[in-house]
Parts: sequence; structure tokens; C-alpha cells
Amino acid sequence: MKKIVELKDVYFSYDGVPVLSGINLDIEKKDIMAVIGPNGGGKTTLLKIILGLIKPAQGKVLVFGKRPEEGRKRIGYLPQNPDIDLGFPMSVYGTALMGRYKGPLRRYNNADREAVYEALELVGMKKMAGRHISMLSGGQLQRVLIARAIARKPELLLMDEPLSNIDAGTQKSVYELFLRLGKKMSVVFVTHDISAISSYVEKVACLNRKLYYHGPKEGSLGRLEGAYGCPIEMIAHGVPHRVLKSHTGD
Amino acid sequence: MPEILQYEFIRNAIIASVLVNIICGIVGTYIVIKKIALISGGISHATFGGIGLGYFLGINPILTAIPFSLVSALAIGLLSRGKRFSRDTAISIFWAAGMALGIIFISLSPGYAPDLFSYLFGNILTIPVMDLYIMAALALLVIMLTALFFRELAAVSFDEEFAAVTGIPHNIINTLLLLMVSLSVVVLIRIVGIIMVIALLTIPAAICRQFTYNIKKLIISSMVTGTLLTLGGLWISYLLDLASGATIILFLAAVFMLSIIIKVLISRLKKNNNTYKSARMD
Repeated sequence: MKKIVELKDVYFSYDGVPVLSGINLDIEKKDIMAVIGPNGGGKTTLLKIILGLIKPAQGKVLVFGKRPEEGRKRIGYLPQNPDIDLGFPMSVYGTALMGRYKGPLRRYNNADREAVYEALELVGMKKMAGRHISMLSGGQLQRVLIARAIARKPELLLMDEPLSNIDAGTQKSVYELFLRLGKKMSVVFVTHDISAISSYVEKVACLNRKLYYHGPKEGSLGRLEGAYGCPIEMIAHGVPHRVLKSHTGD
Repeated sequence: MPEILQYEFIRNAIIASVLVNIICGIVGTYIVIKKIALISGGISHATFGGIGLGYFLGINPILTAIPFSLVSALAIGLLSRGKRFSRDTAISIFWAAGMALGIIFISLSPGYAPDLFSYLFGNILTIPVMDLYIMAALALLVIMLTALFFRELAAVSFDEEFAAVTGIPHNIINTLLLLMVSLSVVVLIRIVGIIMVIALLTIPAAICRQFTYNIKKLIISSMVTGTLLTLGGLWISYLLDLASGATIILFLAAVFMLSIIIKVLISRLKKNNNTYKSARMD
């Protein structure tokens, strides 16, 4: 499989406190990967390094074979609890259109408009395109922000806690959305909520300063589901219900 | 022509009202939606240092105010970008230090500072023609910059991190916005004075924001509202023989309160209508 993101020996610290140490991670084409870990484990930092928003203290980051600042054009991004003011004068359509930004002095054209409607359609928000964002529920806003991320037709979708604003009842439909997106692009999301890891996810990495990768070698969780005859929603790093191997070296 | 318009200073005041509200409609909209009103307050008060320097050097204080305003905008922007100081800490320091510097300069200047009050509290009736040209040039500049970078300004105001990911040079856009704020502060000093600049920048946009969900409409409606209310305030100050700057601000604030009541009434009316409609459908 083709590597689209490659992290080699990446270190990062905030004010001398190590946040990431010795991270090695490959994201391949058509991956659906979850990165789980506790709050403060470095999940958001990891995404920001891939996006080139922050620079690692050490190590190599390649995004589509280029520097993150260049490669990120091909990434769609859903930030965590984005600091969005719901009273901001912006419609659903306008929000998604911002994902199509091409550069200074370059106006949006028909291709952009079509891509935005397509993205809104995919997340089931096309009918609400004309609405103001203050009229949306938390789950609807999250869908619009996903539409904004995929409007640029990315090859990789990075999501930071994508289920944080979504109640349990609608989580299933969001997972199904991920699955649909996974057919078009690689999907990687980070979460602190281990119950968010469902059978849809193919690869899992655990992040708490160091990254422990549970790749497809251990069998995709989809296949594990078949083996256990139940949807796997919990990963136990402890003994009772071991699904993934224990971490070594820590 | 009404009698009052025969006076040149009244005509100048009207032209000035229109020009500053073109600037304020644009800059104020971004200040309100990006929630940087306090930064604007900090910049305007820091600019008092420049006014004082003008007195001290014996030149037009507006000329020395411009560099002070620009530098304080850049410095507040830079200081609050780092993690070490929060934005409001940086603002407070420049706010007070600029005022203090102004006071020191003025106390060092020989003689009495006769029109000091007009810089603190504004005096729209004494605007020289030269300042009108400066205002017109600045209005043109602000319109051009906004037209060129409309998408970027909206994206950075809405969600700065996402804007950065899409490749928008967010630090440059933020700096551009702060520079536009600082230039509008300079022209506003003549109208309402350093202390009240912030009101004219924020109140028209705050009023209009309740009634529109579109940035372009918000800009245009803020320009119109601001102009009408400035002229209304000026008219009231003429009738009641009160200080023009303060009267304009109080009039703006009063209309703002009124607009909140109107907004609540409109929402209630819509709600009632909807309940009525859904009741009929049942």
C-alpha cells in the first residue's frame, strides 16, 4: 500500500514538557485509522504536526511525499471543538465554501459551488445549505464542518474528536458517514473515548506521549468482530478481554 | 437649503460623518464578528502617546498619532500571538502606557494645551478640510483592502486554525486587520476623541448584526446606520447645545438598547406566528 503520511522519530515538547516522543506512524491509502489516548496524550499535537501548524522539535514528517505545508493541500481537517461563534454571520453553504479556498485573489467558481453542494449532500445537509449556522444542532454543525473539510476533495481526512459534540443516538449515523467517506479517501481520527472505536475502524494506534501501533497485523477489528460474534466497542489494554497486544517498552 | 447647512463647518461635519462611517462600517464589522473590540480600545488609548508627542514637538498631533497607532497595533498583535501573555494583558499594558506617555509629553510641553480636550473627547465641528482629504483617502484604502481580501478576512475571523490549514496566511491577515483598525482609530479621534472611538467602531455593527446573517449586508447596513446615528447625534447636540462627541455616543448607545428590544419583539412575533401556523396545520 502507498504511504501518504510518514512520521519518523518525531519529538515535540511544550515548554520543556515532552508531549510526543519518538513517534513513528505511517498512514496508507484508504486507511480508516483511529488514534486513541487520554486527554493530554498528544493527539491534537500529532494532527497539528501532520498539518504543519506546528513544527516538531525533531524528526521527519512527510505528507504526500512533501513538507506538511505543501502536502496539506490534499488534507481535509475537522478541528476539535472549534472556537466557532454561532452568532457569526455565516450560512451553512458559506461555511463549507471556506474549505474550497484556493489562494489570494482567486474567486470561487462553479466547480467550487458544485463541490460544496456535493459535500453537503454527502453529510446529509444539502437541504439546509441556506440556513444560518446558529439554527443548527451540535450534530448538524459537526456535519457541516465535516462537509467543509471534504469540500476540497481531500485524499486524507483528519478529524480531531469528531464525535465530541454528537450524542450517542446519532453516533451510529456518523460512523456510517465515516465508512462512506472511507471509500473515497483515507480517514484518520483521534479520540479519548475508547468506546468510539467500533468495528468500522481497521487500524488502531494508542497515543500517550508514545505511540503504540496496532496495525492490521493483529487483524482488522472488522474481522475480529466476526471472530467474537459481537460488535467490538472496547479495547482492553488490561487482561480481562484482550483484543490487541499489550504495549512493550513502557 | 436649511439654514444650518449654510455653515461650512456643518457641511464639513456631515462629510466627515459619512467618511468615518464608511470606514467604521467595514472595520467595525470585523471588530464585532472577530471580537477584538478591546484591542481597538487599547490601540486608541495607546495613540494618546502620539497626540502628546505632537504637542511636545509642536506639530499636528494627528501626524504623530499615526505612527503610535500603527506601532501599538503591531505590538499588541505580536505580544498576544505568543503564549506567554494573554491578549488582554498585552492590551492593558499598551492602553495605560500610551496614556501615561501622552500625559508626560503634554506636561513637558511649554504653555497650555488648548485643544487637548478635542483629542480626548472629539469635536466634529472643528474638523479642518485637510483632515477630510485624509479620511477620504483612508476610506478608499480600507474599501480596496477589504474587497481584495474579503474571503481571507471572513475565514480568519470565523475559524483561524482552519483558515491556516487551507493556506491562508492568517498572521498577515490579522496584522492587516489590526492596521486597518489603527488607521480608523486615527481618523475617529477627530470625531469622538480617543476615549470614545471604540463606541463608534462597535455600536453600529452591533446593532445591525442582530438583523443580518451576511457579512456584506452587515458592512453596508453598519455604514448607513452609523452615518444616520452620527448625524442624528450631531443634530441633538446642536439642539440641546451639548458636547457633540458625547451626544453622538449616547445617542448610539440609546439606539443600541432600543434595537435589542426591537429584536426581542420581532423574535416573539415570529414565534407567535409560527405557533399560530403550526396550530392551524394540526
